[in-house]
Amino acid sequence: MNNQSTNQLINYSLHLADNSLILGQRNGEWCGHGPVPEQDIAITNITLDLIGQARSFYQHAAHQINNSKKAEGSKASSPLERGFGGEVTEDSLAYLRKEREFKNLLLVEQPNGDWGQTILRQFFFSQYQYLLFQQLQYSKDEQLAAIAAKALKEVAYHLRWSSEWVIRLGDGTEESHRRMLHAIDELWRYTGEMFEVTGYELWVTGKNIGVDVSKLKEPWMNKVKEIFIEATMPVPEKVFMQSGGKEGRHTEHLGYILTELQYMQRVYPGCEW
Amino acid sequence: MRTTTIDKNTLYSYLDEIKDPEVPVLSIVDLGIVRDVKMIEDELEVIITPTYIGCPAMEMIATTIKVEMATLGFKKVKVTEVLSPPWTTDWMSEEGKRRLKEYGIAPPNPRQQVCEQKLFAEAEAVQCPHCDSFHTRRISEFGSTPCKALYQCDDCKEPFDYFKCH
Repeated sequence: MNNQSTNQLINYSLHLADNSLILGQRNGEWCGHGPVPEQDIAITNITLDLIGQARSFYQHAAHQINNSKKAEGSKASSPLERGFGGEVTEDSLAYLRKEREFKNLLLVEQPNGDWGQTILRQFFFSQYQYLLFQQLQYSKDEQLAAIAAKALKEVAYHLRWSSEWVIRLGDGTEESHRRMLHAIDELWRYTGEMFEVTGYELWVTGKNIGVDVSKLKEPWMNKVKEIFIEATMPVPEKVFMQSGGKEGRHTEHLGYILTELQYMQRVYPGCEW
Repeated sequence: MRTTTIDKNTLYSYLDEIKDPEVPVLSIVDLGIVRDVKMIEDELEVIITPTYIGCPAMEMIATTIKVEMATLGFKKVKVTEVLSPPWTTDWMSEEGKRRLKEYGIAPPNPRQQVCEQKLFAEAEAVQCPHCDSFHTRRISEFGSTPCKALYQCDDCKEPFDYFKCH
């Protein structure tokens, strides 16, 4: 592979990893604060799966970065190699990149809000990830295919669990219904970005490595409508969609997330558990 | 130790001594985590796969394999982690299922149900590992580890873990 395609594959792997890491970090904020112990355990179990996905995607990205550096014979040291044995690792990618280098969807960095908002965010994302991984498991990149096939079995749980909760709350009490409507208001504008194709996605899709996300919009919308009808909630129409996260332009929230997530490595570079 | 003449069954029997850190009655072989083991010249390679993608026990398992095999006299031990094909409870040995039940964890049902996307589906009929009653109910789909769900028996009233079908 030439340099440009390696870079696109790295960007794509980082995008997939960042989605999982940031949503995992957000969900992890619920640890010890869930509405009941069983659901506290559920959301943190989902978090563990997401962090597992992130680790696998970061390892893949790190492998590509280190290999391409070796191939170039480059001696230049990047900040990502400091403190991690002179190589880029899953840890350096998670802990040492800056806000503008993160390529996650805006949706996953949005605040938890109440339980309803967290559930709705999870449902939107899991439905998307379920459709995405169903196709990514046939990627020409064997490792991306393996990660997707493995994670898909777990995402099936996330999707079923979050779908049930959306219905339960939407079609629940007057208060839970009202809160779900508020959650839709807060989150809907970040759903359009999932189906916008960025430069690196265009590249990997052309090589049969990545998934054409624009084609996921229709099946995603159909499933959302199906669940919303059962949840007695309206599907918003003609809402202006925010985007930019996939290319590093984030809402103000990501900076605060990274401040907490990266604190230890920023203050004690290279520290180990 | 003359390692060159060791056959696969013997290698597996060594690995069968290593227990899963979360479910210590199961060996990593019982659990289906060990996918292959190879002796290439003087290097032993053990290929393992995680049960769930975020399984935090993988590093500990890899370290234990290296230490135990070194104790047995293997000079070079390599542990390789693979994700494909994805782990399934179908790979759990019958002996493993028996030991799980004895330990108080209901073993996975024989049919894979994770792909069933039906919502609010009735929980699987799971047999209580304590009194053998099928009169049980699911308390939570998620339990103390990703591989388990939480159940309670309506006859003996004992709560128990179910190693969910995956």
